Amino acid sequence: MKNYLIKGAQLPGGQVRDLLLEGGAIVQVAAKLTPEAGVKVLDAGGLVVLPGLVDLHTHLREPGREDAETVRTGSRAAAAGGFTAVHAMANTFPVADTAGVVEQVWRLGKDAGYVDVHPVGAVSVGLAGEKLAELAAMAASAARVRVFSDDGKCVADPVLMRRALEYVKGIDGVVAQHAQEPRLTENAQMHEGVVSADVGLAGWPAVAEESIVARDVLLAEHVGSRLHVCHVSTAGSVEIIRWAKGRGIRVTAEVTPHHLLLTDETARTYNPVYKVNPPLRSAADVAAVRAALADGTIDIVATDHAPHPREDKDCEWAAAAFGMTGLETALPIVHELMVETGLLGWEDVARVLSVAPSAIGRVEDQGRPIEAGEPANLTLFDPSARWTVEPGDMETASGNTPVAGRELHGRTVATFLHGKPTVLDGKVVG
Amino acid sequence: MKHLLSAKDLSREQAVLILDMAEQMAATQARQVKKLPTLRGLIVVNLFFEDSTRTRISFETAAKRLSADVINFSPKGSSVSKGESLKDTVLTLGAMHTDAIVVRHYASGAPYTIAHSGWTDASVINAGDGTHQHPTQSLLDAMTMRRHLMGPNPLGQGLDGVNVVIVGDVLHSRVARSGVDLFTTLGAKVTLVAPATLLPVGVETWNCDVSYNLDQALAEVKPDALMMLRVQKERMSAGGGGFFPSPQEYTREYGLDEPRLAALPKRTIVMHPGPMNRGLEITSGAADGLRSVIVEQVANGVAVRMAVLYLTMTGAEGGEA
Amino acid sequence: MADTVGTEVLTSGDISRALQRIAHEILEKNHGAEGLVLLGIPTRGVPLAARLAGIIAGIEPGWDASGATGELDVTIYRDDLHRRPTRVIGLTRLPDGGIDGATVVLVDDVLYSGRTIRAALDAIADLGRPKAVRLAVLVDRGHRELPIRADYVGKNLPTAADERVTVRLKETDGTDAVIITRAEEQR
Repeated sequence: MKNYLIKGAQLPGGQVRDLLLEGGAIVQVAAKLTPEAGVKVLDAGGLVVLPGLVDLHTHLREPGREDAETVRTGSRAAAAGGFTAVHAMANTFPVADTAGVVEQVWRLGKDAGYVDVHPVGAVSVGLAGEKLAELAAMAASAARVRVFSDDGKCVADPVLMRRALEYVKGIDGVVAQHAQEPRLTENAQMHEGVVSADVGLAGWPAVAEESIVARDVLLAEHVGSRLHVCHVSTAGSVEIIRWAKGRGIRVTAEVTPHHLLLTDETARTYNPVYKVNPPLRSAADVAAVRAALADGTIDIVATDHAPHPREDKDCEWAAAAFGMTGLETALPIVHELMVETGLLGWEDVARVLSVAPSAIGRVEDQGRPIEAGEPANLTLFDPSARWTVEPGDMETASGNTPVAGRELHGRTVATFLHGKPTVLDGKVVG
Repeated sequence: MKHLLSAKDLSREQAVLILDMAEQMAATQARQVKKLPTLRGLIVVNLFFEDSTRTRISFETAAKRLSADVINFSPKGSSVSKGESLKDTVLTLGAMHTDAIVVRHYASGAPYTIAHSGWTDASVINAGDGTHQHPTQSLLDAMTMRRHLMGPNPLGQGLDGVNVVIVGDVLHSRVARSGVDLFTTLGAKVTLVAPATLLPVGVETWNCDVSYNLDQALAEVKPDALMMLRVQKERMSAGGGGFFPSPQEYTREYGLDEPRLAALPKRTIVMHPGPMNRGLEITSGAADGLRSVIVEQVANGVAVRMAVLYLTMTGAEGGEA
Repeated sequence: MADTVGTEVLTSGDISRALQRIAHEILEKNHGAEGLVLLGIPTRGVPLAARLAGIIAGIEPGWDASGATGELDVTIYRDDLHRRPTRVIGLTRLPDGGIDGATVVLVDDVLYSGRTIRAALDAIADLGRPKAVRLAVLVDRGHRELPIRADYVGKNLPTAADERVTVRLKETDGTDAVIITRAEEQR
């Protein structure tokens, strides 16, 4: 492995430093380091260095839907977006509800080698919401699963949810809930409100999310467990989580870049690229989740990267699949919406996109401080770069990005995974 | 005007133009020779993903009166997951050099998607999409109202000062949505009456009044036109959503019966987009009574659709309505 | 509109005299007003037909001018609907007695390609079976694209294809005049 000297990068705290990477670790951080022979020098003037980004919510689609994404293409997309670890959601075919499937995904991630792939285990067998999957077996497997989720489906049965919350205490796990009351969202197509009334698409009420969030924080309090709320999308959910945290309930929450950026007005185009679960909400909800991310009520940004093949989006809205891609565009969107506006500083970005997701997922070698002796998982980001999103030029195998044609603020220039560059000069290595 | 996708897209000028042209088209239909050569050599496809014999026949008659060749195509399978994709169906029609596609679809927005997808160059006319819009229905309703309520010469006029009350399942009704849009564009005032379960969240932002009480609304509004919407029987069962407890209760609270009919002002016309559930939202006495213009609505439908086909299929300059 | 652009080729007086002459020619050829129906083609054919009917009624007292005139919109019979911006459909109004067995005189302002008259003949065929159809125009500017000619012509105007002939009438434009505009003046 080559050694790298990163020169003149701005740390999240603002100091400009040289960083020497050796053998997978950061060995020296100093104001000025002189390269020895054989060390590759990377000029990082004007770039921000962040701990490698960690996504708690990624759909890699493999096994089963390799037409949408594979572990390899999804890993490359993640690296291109500055990520060094992703959590691969369990709704694959077959479902990741056994030690065998999670180990397969974990190995595919290792073989690809672009990011650390941490499989998420299903809460219930087959995501059917009836019977607990063998959570301890998945935790004990080579994949070391700590995050469990039926994402894509809600663990709607309150008894099953209680059991899952209790059971993961023994394996230091967390249940990541996709909060969606199923009866309130039958055939639902988009956020229920002014726009749905106008365009005649079946409404998806905010209360369908909020009622589950409210129930789950109370369950988590009752049994003393950790709860993580996936893709918070409504102002009401934010209020409930704020209240729960105030009571000392062990709840964490995520928001996606698209829920920070887009509203239900996009549905007026009937373009299914904007069809997503949970749906894009009102402008008031967008303002609420931004404020909650700024004040820490929402702990992290997670992409909910959900690739779909073209044919699943090239149709009428009701027939289209839910979901949008996000790995390659997340950091520029957070930069534009949260950093340029002064809502977050770079230390906060490091927290919401690396430190906190690592802590929630119990990923020990990620989200670490940028100091000598720490693993060399790093992202170099150029905040001044401007680029226009062209779906065909992305690393992900699918084109369903909601920001096609949009000019983004900033770009990942380099990503290091355990000291090895996965992205250099803005291009995935290898 | 290249497409007609939503009544919301129509300006007052465009709407009045369509209604005026529909009057001229209606005048030609009193002749012995009813067929006009206007669209000779052009192909109109009635692409009906959802059964509606009435609307299809109306469009077919309109197109044939204008000498277009008409192809009726009803793709099989009522589920979005089955059968050929919308895209492939539309591409197939494009390969047949179709000039206009009249679309009825169970999915809201399907006509919009066809018109904006780049799959076809044809004009797209929305013949009812999901719970979104049914613009030709609201146009024929407006034509009927204008004839009855706007004096002996309706040409050039809107519906200024007309009070319209629309009663029933607004939530699932494309007729109500297009009606509110078009009638208010033309200067009418619209009041929607329904149980709260059958009104969409967000209705409070529409350009109309809303009431939960039919008797109160009729007494206060004194409507010039009263439009009863069809209640789908499947909405009553718990499986279909349980929007109201029973047909009997719905009829008591929201049905047009003889006492309510008798209490209406003399000038009030009674309308229904059809097909009717006699005895549920409207009694036979009201449907067949002197105030009823329901049969006229059907006749005006052909004239309005002739005007819409003419306006979308002729003219060198495009541009969406 | 720039009133001063172009050359006035018929004055108000010229137009009156031309219509007088046409009215007399119609009566002469028809041996009186019996069975005559005048159908104006919108827009300016309609007031021209009304003026002709007025003149004829002056010559033949007792002839019911208003009962023998109508207007014939030919838009829906045109063959150029796909080449031009969408045309508004006008009113078609026939005399109460219809046109069966009548001698129909179509009245238009300018005869050019002949396509409007072709459309008018199709329209008439759908409306009834007249004994004969004649054509009266204020101006014949040539450049026919179909084998059609006028029976009564106010003025034959040799024109170039890039010239424009504009007829103005008091009823529609506030003044009577026929103006030729050359291509370079149309800018």
